[in-house]
Amino acid sequence: MTTTLTRPGALAASGHPLVRPDAAKHLTDAQVEELGRELDAVRDEVLAKRGATDAAYIRRVIKVQRSLEFAGRGALMFSKYKPAWFAGTAMLSVAKILENMEIGHNVLHGQWDWMRDPDIHSTTWEWDFVTPARSWQHTHNDLHHRWTNVIGKDKDIGYNLLRMDPDQPWKPFNLGNPLYNALLAPVFEWGIAVYDLEILEYKEGLKSKEAMHRDLKAMGKKVLTQFSKDYAATPAVAMLTGSGKQALYGTLAANAIRNFWAHAVIFCGHFPDGTDTFTEEEVDGETRGDWYVRQMIGSANISGSRLMHLMTGNLSHQIEHHCFPDLPSNRYAEVAVKVREITSRYKLPYTTGPLPKQVGSTWAKIFKLALPNRAPKAATA
Amino acid sequence: MRCMKNIIGRDYIVVMMIRFKKLARAASALTTPLTPEDFLSLFNPVYSSRQLRGVVTRVVHETEDSATIYFRPGSGWHAHQAGQWARIGVELDGVRQWRSYSLSNAADSEPAITVKDAGSVSHVLVRDTKPGDILFLAPPQGDFVLPEHPRSLLMLTAGSGITPVMSMIRTLIPRRPDADVVLINSNSTPERSVFREELDELADQFPNLTVRHWFTSVRGRLDFTAKAIADLCPDWRDRAAYACGPESFLDDAEDLWNREAALETARAVPIGGEGAATRPSGGSTLTIERFSTDLTAGAGHDGGLVTFEQSDREVQADGATPLLDVGEDAGVLMPSGCRMGICHSCLIPLRAGAVRDLRTGEVHNEPGQLIQTCVSAAAGPVNLDL
Repeated sequence: MTTTLTRPGALAASGHPLVRPDAAKHLTDAQVEELGRELDAVRDEVLAKRGATDAAYIRRVIKVQRSLEFAGRGALMFSKYKPAWFAGTAMLSVAKILENMEIGHNVLHGQWDWMRDPDIHSTTWEWDFVTPARSWQHTHNDLHHRWTNVIGKDKDIGYNLLRMDPDQPWKPFNLGNPLYNALLAPVFEWGIAVYDLEILEYKEGLKSKEAMHRDLKAMGKKVLTQFSKDYAATPAVAMLTGSGKQALYGTLAANAIRNFWAHAVIFCGHFPDGTDTFTEEEVDGETRGDWYVRQMIGSANISGSRLMHLMTGNLSHQIEHHCFPDLPSNRYAEVAVKVREITSRYKLPYTTGPLPKQVGSTWAKIFKLALPNRAPKAATA
Repeated sequence: MRCMKNIIGRDYIVVMMIRFKKLARAASALTTPLTPEDFLSLFNPVYSSRQLRGVVTRVVHETEDSATIYFRPGSGWHAHQAGQWARIGVELDGVRQWRSYSLSNAADSEPAITVKDAGSVSHVLVRDTKPGDILFLAPPQGDFVLPEHPRSLLMLTAGSGITPVMSMIRTLIPRRPDADVVLINSNSTPERSVFREELDELADQFPNLTVRHWFTSVRGRLDFTAKAIADLCPDWRDRAAYACGPESFLDDAEDLWNREAALETARAVPIGGEGAATRPSGGSTLTIERFSTDLTAGAGHDGGLVTFEQSDREVQADGATPLLDVGEDAGVLMPSGCRMGICHSCLIPLRAGAVRDLRTGEVHNEPGQLIQTCVSAAAGPVNLDL
């Protein structure tokens, strides 16, 4: 409904798109086909190994997350005492980050569907985030992952709010780019919720009234339960110990910390220097190998420790996640070694760097694109 | 003593669960989108409002390769009727696997399944299960049950086909002196005959049960001719018959009852009739229980008939077209997303049959399994829950 281009059930193994992206221009059709086969083999290798240890991993993360949330909210019950406030807020922040990133995002991708556990499944999971899981799955799993970095198709390039690519036409509104991004960060979950409503598509007649009504109803319900849990029910219980106000502030802080963190990590996925965007010609006729190429050169990783990878929900392995969105996240680290080796052999860029560098690079782009393009491109536009 | 404690413990839990339901609804305001049980399960893994589970209480090894597993089901289970079966889920290498097993215990006692080690799931159940283990459960179901009104019965069983019939015998024989049951129980050897000793004891103790053991290692396959059956049970034509066992055993039984019915209709126009059941003379009907409906025969072949159960559509599909396209072309409202196997928006439960993953060539044929219709094609007949 929302897209006019359709795709076959599986991409062709051989052939070529109308235009191959610049970064992959040096590759022949046969080389791209071989690259596709090599990446398929990486995926098959993980599928062959996937089993009880992976299942134990996600259950362990869920257990740690729930324990932290339980302890965090418990500590906030006594948050009129400063140490309890700090401990509770810290634990709840970490719990919320884990819940959204390593658990929610990945479960909703279907990374754990293979376990056939109805409690850890993409069709049943709901997360601690204002946007309803089903709405997010549509805009994220379907639209963003299918059209990764294709200008005009992947609305995640700026979320209809920011100008994130020089090929997006400049408007005076974009002067506020840095301001909008700064304002978005602490309320990121609300930004995503509004974005998932696809208001622009509705205005353009690409989304039906019934679908809009259904999504608004689902979101209204979710907002109500989320809001009353964090800002009414749990502070009300804390009032019993005279900590109501402090518990409210603690929860507010935890949500803001989670929002800041999620915003920072997610903006490092496709916006740092070195990532490419694509035209519709570059995806028209795309083969399996070309699809992998687009995912790899359109995404950026964050380097760091195992704890770092866990706290980013393994979105620090954005390149691997985009190549294999439904492989279990605990496998991305080992997959990354192979993907990186393949990109270097095929002389393709592999963008990675520590968090501060990637965040800095993203912010630099946000500032730069607030202004019209300086290159000759702007003159011809 | 232990029994007493158990009963008290169980009542306490039931009372708590009822009170807890109301409390849980209130408490969920604090835990949404999770439930209070999700947090309680941190302390006790049996708590689950979404999934019915049971705790294994006892494992009894019956023969060299079979065992009876007794379990205490959680709330959501209902007592079984003798002869019914339940779906049992276990995890094999991280993946939930479901199989159906007949409940072998008497109708009003602690539920138990008797399993023969014959495949990956039954192997784990027979060899590795111990008290305290958790089983995933679906409530008992099935039509292979005792007749409503008392009448004389003939039970024909082979191998592990004895399990549902054992439940019927245990339910009926000790309590109903008016019951009249003949059991013809076929096994390869006495050693491999599950429940053999208990059956003999029951037959000794209760005159209303006659047990005819048939050992194929000694006497060869049981011949389903009127004469052979009459040798074992002279008045077989006057009994309501129940058969449970392997495919060929049931086919043979069905053939005999069909032949008898044909003879009967040739002789006279039948008076009234129940239709579905095969009835030769007098009032003998044959009720059969198959362990599995073999729809996997299509696996390895290309294409097949695709049935969209709820939408009530049937389409012939080739082995290369994704089921998503097949459904859409047939006008079925198919959930869909990326159409390339990455977003999992198109998952539909497989009711029966086999599909092939167009990407890997892997064939899936697990009933209840969610399949990605956008990258799966028919590999034989397919029945989808949509």
